[in-house]
Amino acid sequence: MDLSFTPEEEAFRQEVRTFLAEKLPKDIAEKVKTGKSLTKDDHERWQRVLEERHWYATTWPKEAGGPGWTPVERHIFDEEMAMAHAPRIVSFGVHMLGPVLMKFGNEAQKSRYLPRILNQDDWWCQGYSEPGAGSDLASLKTRAVRDGDTYVINGQKTWTTLGQHADHIFCLVRTNPEVKPQEGISFILVDMATPGIEVRPIKLIEGGHEVNEVFFTDVRVPAENLVGEENKGWTVAKYLLTHERTGIAGVGFSNEALDRLKGLAREQRRNGKRLIDNPLFAARLSEIEIDLEAMKVTNLRLLYEAQKNGAPGPETSMMKIKGTVIRQALNDLSRRALGPAAAPFPSEDLEGNEALVAPEHAHAAASYFNNRKLSIFGGSNEIQRNILTKTVLGL
Amino acid sequence: MDFEVSDDRRMLADTLSRFLSSDYDIAARNKVAYAAPYHSPEKWAALCELGTLMALAPEENGGFGGTGFDVTTVFQELGRALCPEPVLAQLMAIRLLMAAGEDLEGPLSGTTRYAVAIGELSAPYTLDLIETEASGGTLTGRKSVVYGAPGADRILVAAMAGGTLGVYEVDGSDARVTAYGMIDGGPAGEVFLDATQARTVLADGAAALQDALDWGTLALCAEAVGAMDWSFATLLDYLRTRKQFGKRIGDFQALQHRAVDVSIEIEQARSITILAASRMGTPEQSRTCSMAKNLIGRAAKLTAEETIQMHGGIAMTWEYPLSHYAKRLTMLDAQLGDTDFHLERVMAAHMAA
Repeated sequence: MDLSFTPEEEAFRQEVRTFLAEKLPKDIAEKVKTGKSLTKDDHERWQRVLEERHWYATTWPKEAGGPGWTPVERHIFDEEMAMAHAPRIVSFGVHMLGPVLMKFGNEAQKSRYLPRILNQDDWWCQGYSEPGAGSDLASLKTRAVRDGDTYVINGQKTWTTLGQHADHIFCLVRTNPEVKPQEGISFILVDMATPGIEVRPIKLIEGGHEVNEVFFTDVRVPAENLVGEENKGWTVAKYLLTHERTGIAGVGFSNEALDRLKGLAREQRRNGKRLIDNPLFAARLSEIEIDLEAMKVTNLRLLYEAQKNGAPGPETSMMKIKGTVIRQALNDLSRRALGPAAAPFPSEDLEGNEALVAPEHAHAAASYFNNRKLSIFGGSNEIQRNILTKTVLGL
Repeated sequence: MDFEVSDDRRMLADTLSRFLSSDYDIAARNKVAYAAPYHSPEKWAALCELGTLMALAPEENGGFGGTGFDVTTVFQELGRALCPEPVLAQLMAIRLLMAAGEDLEGPLSGTTRYAVAIGELSAPYTLDLIETEASGGTLTGRKSVVYGAPGADRILVAAMAGGTLGVYEVDGSDARVTAYGMIDGGPAGEVFLDATQARTVLADGAAALQDALDWGTLALCAEAVGAMDWSFATLLDYLRTRKQFGKRIGDFQALQHRAVDVSIEIEQARSITILAASRMGTPEQSRTCSMAKNLIGRAAKLTAEETIQMHGGIAMTWEYPLSHYAKRLTMLDAQLGDTDFHLERVMAAHMAA
């Protein structure tokens, strides 16, 4: 048993760290650090820097334009990215659709879309959830009816993350309503500029805009945009979801948040003492730290297994649950560490010389509320427990 | 033993509830709560017109209530409707002015609106470490996250003069106030005092300040109970109607048990608030208020987090009223002492014994 990284892996970590120190734009890192929202340009600017080094399509094999990393290297990269306040790579095109096209796409689709993903020519978003089909994705109702060499799509998608920036959407649609729910679904690519598509923003609990509703009214899509076989979209969707779930533990984010929280607790004063010296607070902080240390090792054990077996197993559901719970606990304690100073609504009013708290803390409450989503999206934690009940416990 | 609500208080609750649900529904509330001045002066006047503030003081002081149960009756309704009006500040001001034997006509009619400035950046909750100084009829210092400060006619300030903690009154137009909204709605601000003219209300005000803090704490607990009741009723409704996997989600045992746990904590929260209300004016007042605020802090956060989680994505949206209740339930912990602060106060009593 040896928990340490190999010398090669350590050297790789150093390489990533140096790259981030040199190439990550300071203004973008500052936005990430203070919890401000990023513009489309911020994302693209950063992703272009990554692609210059071929570190953008991190899940792609070398021959397809990726770095050909092992799961452990990817993990090290993600950790360093989070610690450096780099924006998370917008994963819809590169990490979700890319691997799907490589596995299920035809040659025309691969040669058309894959290079455009790498070059940032297309911004993809995901059309999975619907108002009546969240965790129960198979009950989706958006209809696609074949009409000659086109599909005509009608319906509504929701929770479309960053859909306001997207020019393309990959969708699950119902092509056969007569069979069992999972058997009549197809996976299709849609150009957002097609007539009949309307994107409406959803304002979230803390006041931000990152998700959208997308409405389809008689949207005509070329039949060649179907990925894989008609009515076999569920297989494609499941394959894609395993890619969505990897890295969802967010170890890097938790590391960064814990570091920052410790700093905050050393600055904040309560009852005439540093907050970190308050036994109740120190106990809460320590418990999270313990959970995080354990989760890091659990994560490494799973990475090791994935490296050995080639693919992550259902245990990733454990990481989804534990990882999101820990991140939420860190957000919660950071908000509480600020006391009343976390209460102001982050807005222009707070900018400037009389800002209530240090600007990097101003979004503590907003982040806490926004990150309640972590245990809901990507298959809610309840759904992950159901998966584990069946696959791991065999119940 | 009698846990019945008296007829007078039931009438008060009904009146308030009718006004808040018809004239100040969630759409109207959200419109004012997140944009300057972060409350509605017009609704404030209407709320006062109903006699809401009169219930906060006893007859001998010009009101018609003033017991712990009168206060919880009012604040439970305000919480149920998620009302952003700064009634809490007014309650605390009324307690301070009562202690000073001052005339309460302005504060009880609501024509004079007060803010109470106690907490400071490095001492948000404690009275022992206040640094704002009173000297020669002026005040100097900074008060932080003062609820209801923007637009207040007068601000009651806790300040030290020669080692004694007192209460001073500053005219709202004399203090420099930076206004902002709260993440859960409603007005607050930073109050900057720089040799600002002030009137002495209580030269020795520590006991009165603690009393005002206790009453404010009780009010917050009741507000939380009202907001928890609303949130839980909304959750139950959702569990009964929302379908996934061909079943009502309320048919899933995993959710049933969690909903039951939340309901138990809400009942516990209600009970400790009743206990605190019953002990106002007794030697147990402070300690029981601390016990209540600690339990409320835990129960309110559980309710907020669980009602969001069991709803799923819809509760993450601005448009769905529950999200605003969840924010209020979470953030009221940071007002007048959080769960840890009050737990320490309860612990201190054990450790001193």
